[in-house]
Amino acid sequence: MAFMGDVLNPLPLWQNGPTPGSFYNFPGNASLGPVGRTVQDFKAHSANPITTTTTVIGLKFDKGCVIAADTLGSYGSLARFRDCPRVLKVNDLILLGSGGDYADYQYLKDIIEQKIIDEQCIGDGLQLKPKSLHCWLTRVLYNKRSKMDPLWNNYVVAGIQDGEPFLGAVDKLGTAYEDATIATGMGAYMATPLLRDALEKGPLDEESAKALVRKCMEVLFYRDARSFPRYQLGVVTADGVIVEEPVELKHDWTLAHMIQMK
Amino acid sequence: MLSVNSNFPEYAVPGAKQLRFEPYADNGGSVVAIAGEDYAVIGADTRLSTGFSIYTREQKKLFKLSDRTVLGATGCWCDTLTLTRLLQARMQMYEHEHNKAMSTPAVAQMLSTMLYYKRFFPYYISNILAGLDADGKGCVYSYDPIGHCERSNYRAGGSAGAQLQPLLDNQIGLKNMQNVTEAPVPKDKALALLKDVFISAAERDIYTGDCIYILVITASGIQEEKFELRKD
Repeated sequence: MAFMGDVLNPLPLWQNGPTPGSFYNFPGNASLGPVGRTVQDFKAHSANPITTTTTVIGLKFDKGCVIAADTLGSYGSLARFRDCPRVLKVNDLILLGSGGDYADYQYLKDIIEQKIIDEQCIGDGLQLKPKSLHCWLTRVLYNKRSKMDPLWNNYVVAGIQDGEPFLGAVDKLGTAYEDATIATGMGAYMATPLLRDALEKGPLDEESAKALVRKCMEVLFYRDARSFPRYQLGVVTADGVIVEEPVELKHDWTLAHMIQMK
Repeated sequence: MLSVNSNFPEYAVPGAKQLRFEPYADNGGSVVAIAGEDYAVIGADTRLSTGFSIYTREQKKLFKLSDRTVLGATGCWCDTLTLTRLLQARMQMYEHEHNKAMSTPAVAQMLSTMLYYKRFFPYYISNILAGLDADGKGCVYSYDPIGHCERSNYRAGGSAGAQLQPLLDNQIGLKNMQNVTEAPVPKDKALALLKDVFISAAERDIYTGDCIYILVITASGIQEEKFELRKD
């Protein structure tokens, strides 16, 4: 049977090509990273965000928390999608806001919503609490970052934990913290000083907290090039969660004439 | 592995430079620990920052692992959260298996092993462990991110570690001093020095400031203390 050759270790059918059954992979078409990156780097999926959203603002007041975020989905510098809501009522205790990649947010939102449905099906009347969701998000995002396949988001979790307001943030690495004021993205530079200043002057009630957050959204709209005048505001108190319909912020550019560029 | 540029140089195109995902962040913060005859004090600032912005001014970075062991951890905060959670879980497992709390030297060894386990994707943390050893003497263990462990009597770590250590060397280690006699550091002096040292750190290091949270570990338990630093 020598004419059949080595049956157990056959020669390859052809050389310098793909193995039988697989496709050609033309290196010129591959998205090339830095020198030395392999062609078939299938594992690096979302190494960068595509459709992005900007700042989320979160603020604690005496009896609850407010979250605000605009509804723009940017495609690089293109203001592409104008109705991307990203303030989510999770249950009667939790409000969630997200910034960063919108697809990653939608992916995680579906998972969270399913978690809530599963929980309701148990029917014991218990509800997920904000600290638990905050901690869960930390683990999900940290595990994804450890696989070098991050979910490119900043999350702001607001809610009522055992009668007390809770406000926490998680970023794409799983970095988590709690604070009375949280602003992500450009807001960290422009809204945080306004929020911290107001909080230092004394405790806020619901109305003054909402007014302050609206002011921050206006300031951000004037200076953040990836922002939008249409935004959503959500409030969580012991009475429950309310996510308002998107509102248009009133902007006034008449003051633009006063700015003299040298 | 097929590398385009080395195996097919004629196909290599420069392309757009992509920013690779960076799994680590430097969230700053400093820790100082001093051990005495029958106590250990450990303090860490409460500023959590990244780059030029401050996430929060009130982040505690000290973790009470048992009633005689405290861990101070600074660096990449997401790694700190993960490591401390794992550490707490493993200490609980030890307690259930052996029906006793872990001693500080045992925690110190376990921490070293846990850090080295992640040798090729390390936890980017500067850890300082303080507590009382089996004889009730104060002890301080310091680590590098991949698990090198050393026992000492005083240690500064974190973003201002390099600025604070020489000061401690001089004031507690009595280095570069003449006509001095070595004597155990009393608790009051250690506490006062800890505060002084952080005040200096807050002057020079932008990642250290806001507040310090101090834990004093003695045989009778752990006392907490808070001390304000400059907030700019």
